[in-house]
Amino acid sequence: MPNNNEILIEVKNLKKYFQVGKHATLKAVDDVSFFIRKGETLGLVGESGCGKTTCGRTVMGMYGATDGEVLFDGIDVHKLNKKAKKDFARRAQIIFQDPYASLNPRMTVGDIIGEGIDIHNLYSGQERTNRIYELLQLVGLNKEHGSRFPHEFSGGQRQRIGIARALAIEPEFIVCDEPISALDVSIQAQVVNLLIQLQQELGLTYLFIAHDLSMVKHISDRVGVMYLGTMVELASSHDLYGKPLHPYTQALLSAIPVPDPEVERNKERIKLEGEVPSPINPKPGCRFAPRCRYAKPICSEQTPMLKEIEKEHYVACHLFD
Amino acid sequence: MEKILEVKDLKVSFHTYAGEVQAVRGISFHLNKGETLAVVGESGCGKTVTSKSLMRLIPEPPGEIKDGSEILFDGKNICTMSEKELRELRGSDISMIFQDPMTSLNPTMTIGKQISESLIIHRGMSKTEAMTEAIKMLDLVNIPDADKRAHQYPHEFSGGMRQRAMIAIALACNPKILIADEPTTALDVTIQAQIMELIADLQQKLGTAVILVTHDLGVVADVADRIQVMYAGQIIEHGTIDEIFTNPQHPYTWALLQSVPRLGTDNKAKLYSLQGTPPDLLKPPVGCSFAARCEYCMQICREEMPEVTTISENHEVCCWLKHSMAPKVDIPEALRGDK
Repeated sequence: MPNNNEILIEVKNLKKYFQVGKHATLKAVDDVSFFIRKGETLGLVGESGCGKTTCGRTVMGMYGATDGEVLFDGIDVHKLNKKAKKDFARRAQIIFQDPYASLNPRMTVGDIIGEGIDIHNLYSGQERTNRIYELLQLVGLNKEHGSRFPHEFSGGQRQRIGIARALAIEPEFIVCDEPISALDVSIQAQVVNLLIQLQQELGLTYLFIAHDLSMVKHISDRVGVMYLGTMVELASSHDLYGKPLHPYTQALLSAIPVPDPEVERNKERIKLEGEVPSPINPKPGCRFAPRCRYAKPICSEQTPMLKEIEKEHYVACHLFD
Repeated sequence: MEKILEVKDLKVSFHTYAGEVQAVRGISFHLNKGETLAVVGESGCGKTVTSKSLMRLIPEPPGEIKDGSEILFDGKNICTMSEKELRELRGSDISMIFQDPMTSLNPTMTIGKQISESLIIHRGMSKTEAMTEAIKMLDLVNIPDADKRAHQYPHEFSGGMRQRAMIAIALACNPKILIADEPTTALDVTIQAQIMELIADLQQKLGTAVILVTHDLGVVADVADRIQVMYAGQIIEHGTIDEIFTNPQHPYTWALLQSVPRLGTDNKAKLYSLQGTPPDLLKPPVGCSFAARCEYCMQICREEMPEVTTISENHEVCCWLKHSMAPKVDIPEALRGDK
């Protein structure tokens, strides 16, 4: 739990558009604002194509923002010079979804982990080797694994290597982009336990992106729900799962299958018709309006703004005007 | 209850350079008419190999269904069928839908043609008749504008619609058994809910028996009638869903059930996590295959394979803890009375 109110990351009206044709713009992230406190985990959920990965990558500065600001410790990430960018890269890291594609197959695990250490000139010689061993042990691997290649490891072990690489340069902030989606349930639990343990030991701040809603609730302090590039609801994970306000959040939560036959039999499922529409040249108004069972005329005219309905519980919906 | 399919002592191996991988090691189970049987387990436990063997879709070689294995469907043994008999069986009596709808559809054929294919082959329909039927099928799986959509190619469909099209292909000839191998793993939760509801709905209308292969225990609780848990190529426990979820008996089943966070549990509490990895099936262990990872492991577990213990009429488990001389171990607290 975060023990202070100091804000580490502040995202203000962030927009990321991709030009996909002469007159077509894909609005992957459209006017999203949120903040993350020091030592806190913010979960970001939504269906595929809702812009959560793009949002994470834009926060990391991997994509240039179309508009808006990402303030890291008060400094805009997208307006850094080369030297400041390198400094930012040392303080913020990312763990990728696919543990198979994100490790260079021609480098040994030791070199993969050590690459960041070399770039930032943190350690050299024996110290560097010791640091790599220390990191391997921290994520539950052995010293001997350092001289092996990625193909010799299982999916869960590779994800641990990805975590060790991110931790190598002692960052303060880590974007976890679906770090467990490619893993088996029993391995997922191992990786999530490791992430929580590391957070408690090293005081890390996470932006945890996933589509597994129950896992996100488990790890996050606060959770944001995205739909088609916009943030529709943002609240503490307790409030969001206990008392979802936005119709989309309600439908999304009711779609999670619960591993308990008794609960499943008595559950009323809110059915969502159709599929997520295309984010290319979206219509004005609320993006969810065409699938919303409470839609009013105003919903297809005006875009609802994210408003604080209760303390720290933000919703973007005309039902709460 | 009438049994529609009975599997007896099925053994499947793959011959590789490293040696013989025993992917499925002597499993026996049955499928009742119209029910949904869920097969759960971690990757590599033999779920998919089992389901593919039922249709003899395992490439032979390198795969081999061992002598003595029996898969009885309508009194005939699928293991000894000729290629011609198999062709008649596949797609008409038993159908399958796969995990990844993009790679299992033919990208060069329109969806309508792919559905008509089996109708032309198995039911002897003409091309136009088959196309009309194909459009009806697309309509049945809730694809809007079915007559227009039938003439489109797979790349013009979204993920959820492709999976619907796959279901339409599989159900076109009204099979008695539908094998669904991780049908919703690649899909979002809201689409997953739509697809699972569709399968359950069609099952009611058409009376098809479903074998659902999955690792998502939530989906299982939602749709299945019975569950069998597989580990290292063996069935270690099977029973009705109520029995497996409320009164699980095998330590591996406990581990599986505990490693998923429930929406009611405390945040950031340590999740139960199973240490180690499944055994190497090139040299499967002599005793219980779960022994190396089991926290209740006893001497005998490493030496001898446990026998099947019957808990109730529909609930059987393979574990030495159930032996009369074993120490009594209770179900972990987290799984007891959490309602």
